[in-house]
Amino acid sequence: MNKTSPRPLPASIDATVALLAEAEYLTDRSLGTVLYLALKMGRPLFLEGEAGVGKTEIAKVLAQTLGRRLIRLQCYEGLDVAAAVYEWNYAAQMIAIRAAEVEGEHDRARIESDVFSERFLIKRPLLQALEPDAGGAPVLLIDELDRTDEAFEAFLLEVLSDFQVTIPEMGTMKATHPPIVIITSNRTREVHDALKRRCLYHWVGYPSAARELNIVRAKVPGIGKKLSEQVVAFVQALRKQELFKAPGVAESLDWASALTELDVVALDPATVSDTLGVLLKYQDDIARLEGSKVKELLDEVKSELRAAE
Amino acid sequence: MTENTGRLAENIVYFARALRAAGIPVGPGAVLDALEAVKAAGVGTREDFYWTLHAVFVKRHEHSLIFDQAFRIFFRRRGYIDQLMAMMLPQAPNAPRSPEAGATRVHDALFSAMEDKLKKEQEIELDTRMTVSDREVLQKKDFAQMTATEIAVAKEAMKKLVLPLAEVRTRRLAPHPHGHLLDMRRTLRASMKGGGGFIDLRFIGPKTKPPPIVALLDISGSMSQYSRVFLHFLHALTDARKRVSTFLFGTRLSNVTRALRERDPDDALAACSASVPDWSGGTRIASSLHAFNKLWARRVLGQGAIVLLITDGLDRDVDDTLGFDMDRLHRSCRRLVWLNPLLRFEGFEARARGIKTMLPHVDEFRPIHNLDSIADLVASLRVSGGRAGDPKAWMQKVA
Repeated sequence: MNKTSPRPLPASIDATVALLAEAEYLTDRSLGTVLYLALKMGRPLFLEGEAGVGKTEIAKVLAQTLGRRLIRLQCYEGLDVAAAVYEWNYAAQMIAIRAAEVEGEHDRARIESDVFSERFLIKRPLLQALEPDAGGAPVLLIDELDRTDEAFEAFLLEVLSDFQVTIPEMGTMKATHPPIVIITSNRTREVHDALKRRCLYHWVGYPSAARELNIVRAKVPGIGKKLSEQVVAFVQALRKQELFKAPGVAESLDWASALTELDVVALDPATVSDTLGVLLKYQDDIARLEGSKVKELLDEVKSELRAAE
Repeated sequence: MTENTGRLAENIVYFARALRAAGIPVGPGAVLDALEAVKAAGVGTREDFYWTLHAVFVKRHEHSLIFDQAFRIFFRRRGYIDQLMAMMLPQAPNAPRSPEAGATRVHDALFSAMEDKLKKEQEIELDTRMTVSDREVLQKKDFAQMTATEIAVAKEAMKKLVLPLAEVRTRRLAPHPHGHLLDMRRTLRASMKGGGGFIDLRFIGPKTKPPPIVALLDISGSMSQYSRVFLHFLHALTDARKRVSTFLFGTRLSNVTRALRERDPDDALAACSASVPDWSGGTRIASSLHAFNKLWARRVLGQGAIVLLITDGLDRDVDDTLGFDMDRLHRSCRRLVWLNPLLRFEGFEARARGIKTMLPHVDEFRPIHNLDSIADLVASLRVSGGRAGDPKAWMQKVA
């Protein structure tokens, strides 16, 4: 939980990009535009892209810079209303019923109103997001929506349209300030069009060499200038290879910090081969690159950097 | 932007219509959103305007390219008019640059007249008085030797074949009379009816659902007749349930899932043929499988998919990548079923190099040449496994 006071939403696209840059999340203009529109128009933001490009990160950064609460709903197959919206504390309710019985309370209406009250209501992320908050509307992150099934998507569509939830025993709860909703997906399943139409969509791709260089230098402060250039150039070259899973921004940051920890000043084939497991997570990819391929790639990268100087 | 803001709203509406014509589904709601968005973001630089409209109109990653071309043509700078004129005139004074990939498509959508509708084949009168023995003969008759009449009857028979296939357990829980987990919510509500005096237990259990099906059909010369008939089966299957994805491959891979969603089977097949240029061409199984693994496997094989691979396995150039890609495909799905029309020959042996490479990575190896074989397929999908389609039998014969 952060203690900074809530800030107003950014007033322009430039202000949005600057806001994200404060927390060292360097984004390009397209994502800044979509985020600004999502905040201004009050629409959910739907981010799709490969794993490791910073989709989840943007929600955290937004919550941090705007000084709002971050509520995270991690989606999985079989996610239902009980785990996403609310659940009753059944054990406590049963004890309360027994206790009322022992005390001699027989008025059914009174027992019911006591048992089905907020005291026994366990609020899950979606309901927490609808609660009024003095600190301003929270940021609701719905992570990896493609892991759930169509039934949950239909339910989510309803919630996102009206920002209200009906609890049969207690009535309807409506949000006074609709939360800032960010939905992410890894595209292992096509999310239904109806939900995408409600949101503003953006595909988060891999960054360009210049932007990735800035990101690495911002996030790994102790890194040397030459090493950062070589790391970024190598990862960009790797992405052009025929790999099953290309390394994302998270992987290149991990690799950069790993190399800094190892006090490496410049890349050489032995170091790269040893630390390849940080970049590539599939054995087939590592096997394809082992040995001479790494040296070849590294030589290419170094000669390009020399030519650019 | 040289237009004054009075015309900008109109132009955005026309731009939305252009996008619709080019293939991006844009509803009236999206147009209103676009106007709201432009008002919110202000009309600033061209780049900002581009991304503002992109945020509202593009809802799929694939539409990004079409949007890009449409935007460039619609909100063009002055110099672009010459290029556009050059594209439209048959003989330009200075040779025009060849238009980029999406540009011709968008250009056709915006400027050409409506395409002629596909002419339907002449209706053949069906002799509906089929005797029992005729029907039996039809069940066993090879698709390649069927006349048009017989194919029409076979299509009807296949529609009836689409029955619920084996279901798999999902992680979603639903009320179940004999479940093994207590459903606290319903238990408590049921016991409240009696004033809380006794507890009436209710149970939940896992729901079952039919698994997604992915079909990869070979449409090269030798296979096209069988694939065409199997497409009817897949169309009926797509009608019956969700999560059926169909891909056609010959020299390249095409996704025809959306085309098969048309209600009318003839329309669906016409849409398929229209979207695939290399029907009855050559075969490149290895590169098509590689393309599938790279671009589509992660998107359609989730949640325990069954893959139906319909090909004869005769590839002109076989190299090591074929085995590698078959292995990857096998590992990514729940069950890989290979349907090969060559099994119609009594003395079939798995000698061809392509077939020998692919056979070890397959869970089932079955024929596909007549209605009986399709009925067998449906029956086998109901029960997982089964000895009839075991590929090891074929591998041992050749070894």
